[in-house]
Amino acid sequence: MQFHKYDVVIVGAGGAGMRAAIEAGQRTRTAVLTKLYPTRSHTGAAQGGMCAALANVEEDNWEWHTFDTIKGGDYLVDQDAAEIMAKEAIDAVLDLEKMGLPFNRTPDGKIDQRRFGGHTRNHGEAAVRRACYAADRTGHMILQTLYQNCVKHGIEFFNEFYVLDICLTETENGPVCTGAVAYELATGEIHVFQAKAVVFATGGFGKVFKTTSNAHTLTGDGMGIVFRKGLPLEDMEFYQFHPTGLAGLGILLTEGARGEGAILRNASGERFMERYAPTIKDLAPRDIVARSMALEVLEGRGAGPNKDYVLLDCTHLGAEVLETKLPDITEFARTYLAVDPVKEPVPVYPTAHYAMGGIPTNVHGEVLRDNDHVVPGLYAAGECACVSVHGANRLGTNSLLDINVFGRRAGIAAAEYAAGRSFVDLPDAPAAVVEEQVSHLLSDHGRERVADIRTELQATMDANASVYRTEETLKQALHDVQALKDRYEHVAVQDKGKRFNTDLLEAVELGFLLELAEVLVVGALERKESRGGHAREDYPNRDDTNYMRHSMFYKQGEGLKSDIRLDYKPVTFTRYKPMERKY
Amino acid sequence: MTAATAEQTGTRGTMPPVPEGAVTVTVKVLRYNPETDSEPNWQSFGVPALPTDRVLNLLHYIKWYIDGTMTFRRSCAHGICGSDAMQINGVNRLACKVLVKDLMARKGKQTTITIAPIKGLPVHKDLLVDMEPFMEAFRAVKPFLITYGNEPTRERIQSVADRERFDDTTKCILCACCTTSCPVFWTEGSYFGPAAIVNAHRFIFDSRDEGAQERLDILNDAEGVWRCRTTFNCTDACPRGIQVTKAIQEVKRALLFRR
Repeated sequence: MQFHKYDVVIVGAGGAGMRAAIEAGQRTRTAVLTKLYPTRSHTGAAQGGMCAALANVEEDNWEWHTFDTIKGGDYLVDQDAAEIMAKEAIDAVLDLEKMGLPFNRTPDGKIDQRRFGGHTRNHGEAAVRRACYAADRTGHMILQTLYQNCVKHGIEFFNEFYVLDICLTETENGPVCTGAVAYELATGEIHVFQAKAVVFATGGFGKVFKTTSNAHTLTGDGMGIVFRKGLPLEDMEFYQFHPTGLAGLGILLTEGARGEGAILRNASGERFMERYAPTIKDLAPRDIVARSMALEVLEGRGAGPNKDYVLLDCTHLGAEVLETKLPDITEFARTYLAVDPVKEPVPVYPTAHYAMGGIPTNVHGEVLRDNDHVVPGLYAAGECACVSVHGANRLGTNSLLDINVFGRRAGIAAAEYAAGRSFVDLPDAPAAVVEEQVSHLLSDHGRERVADIRTELQATMDANASVYRTEETLKQALHDVQALKDRYEHVAVQDKGKRFNTDLLEAVELGFLLELAEVLVVGALERKESRGGHAREDYPNRDDTNYMRHSMFYKQGEGLKSDIRLDYKPVTFTRYKPMERKY
Repeated sequence: MTAATAEQTGTRGTMPPVPEGAVTVTVKVLRYNPETDSEPNWQSFGVPALPTDRVLNLLHYIKWYIDGTMTFRRSCAHGICGSDAMQINGVNRLACKVLVKDLMARKGKQTTITIAPIKGLPVHKDLLVDMEPFMEAFRAVKPFLITYGNEPTRERIQSVADRERFDDTTKCILCACCTTSCPVFWTEGSYFGPAAIVNAHRFIFDSRDEGAQERLDILNDAEGVWRCRTTFNCTDACPRGIQVTKAIQEVKRALLFRR
């Protein structure tokens, strides 16, 4: 075991982690621990843009952006947090530009902006051009720019260090975070990092689903670690399905395509979104578009030999727009489906995309241990966190915004917290949990294959807990997940070596996936209403009387199969009263 | 290097159902685990594959159902994260961007796909190499915007044409396909390599940047752009379609004509 000591330890080197690192690293001694090499993170897969009311191309203001975010989140958004995000969005974009991000430009040289789903002028009048973008690789450019600035500031990285646990030290005022424990992939060694503050920026858990835009590595590690420590997760039943995944594959095609004018059509060529969202049509928020697409297919109007997808028609945009503003997705369609978007419409279907829920934090990124108290020294930002600025459904581009605004805030807060304090002692045997976990997984205790359990998990989640849910399907999913947890007890790792044991890594990741899948399903079962990304066929309406509240999930006891306790947290309102959500 | 070929079959229980339309292809991988092997050796696996499968799917099949010790990096699986660069049938590619249908042998012939680690970087295990020398070269060219004086309150103004000037080199995902396809890099390990020069280009030709001279000085070094022999391997290898050799030429020209 090796021991390290830093003021601030950041876990994860995606957008949120590196944005936090740029702040913390200039203020105090900081280390970034990352499962992947920096620039491999899935921030790089984000395409369309990052919204901010710069008003570079038409009238706009951050209050409209706040409203859109809250309405888009079906009023489950904490309004104070949404206001901060929309207000700070402007500086977040300008900061990135100053760091070097090559945004597309207007004819007069300013940052160009385009339309995006759910972003409107004057509280819903019409779509507004608010998304700042760099072709259709905005996430790639953000990730590269942030890494470039980490290089500039000499930020210290521990690459391929897989954090498996945090250290909580009990004090008379409750638990305090005092470090993190990592498994070094290159050597199999365990490292304890003592820290005054730890920032989690570990991303989402899309791999609980089969059809997903998410990377193989998005397995909810950070959320799983926090949950296993007895700390809550918030709003986990709200999972976003992005409307335009390449059919059958799930690879993302940006909403920016529709922002540039692409149209969704069913088998008969009808622009069906006109029926579901008469005002903003194809630029309705993702939950609405995804459900509309699923309905078209369910009601027999799907395209293709099995009528199981719809079509994204970009043909009228012309080769030049596609090649200059949407080059990557044009190539994806050509490479993976052998479809040329210049000439023919692209088969698309909703794909599991983004967790609205996660580790509950306040607007400074401090992690909550219950509705009223934080865990001093522990921070979270990005997809793994739930501030909550996305409520029941995130608007497109608001994730790139979230990582920049709250990554920055968490980095500053962690550094300032560390600056004013001395180190708190680590708990006894800080590495014990990880040592036990690793040695157990490597021991001979069964013949279950990781791939089999994971495949079955993804199949049941796709079938029973995706765009539409019912009590019956969710009960099936819960039953399946619990049975898979039983089988996981006998999971076998074939590679017993210490050097780059990615076989072991996948087994650990599967444990987190199973944990989080169950939380998602339990939350979905208990929320007997439809709101945002959570659509219950058996409860089709929003129920503000009983469910205008955040879900808070707590793990009861040790072990993978322990119970989940569900509690609630009030939604913060400032100036927007819940209204019916129409577009 | 021995050619100890072992045709493997499933060793871990029942295999997943073979999808309709799948054919069995032979995937021949250059394996190496320094913990147990004295030298790298080829190992072959029979893998059911659909024409639309990515090569990455085949590697996953091997890892998940035949041999869990098979080691490689991957993440996004659609050509954006740059993790899975490897030599596929002798050329550098991302395993997630090569489809089986493009590697199929002629009708009636058995398809063999050979996969080896990218060349010129130390192999840690199987297809997973040490990326540090590559990343060091990247960091050495000051790959970040350099400016002096006060920052403007709003964004810097940049014309559409000025933004377009360096568009191509902003696409780089640091996968190392180009650098590890370069014969100069193979023989002269200290050469910066194409990827580092691409990333220098991205800033040298950015109208907002004021660090071009510093970077050009670095690249004028003995290990810099003059090592390039214009073989175009890098351009052929780039999974992002960047005109890598052209970018290197532009940096050379900038050095020749700078004041």
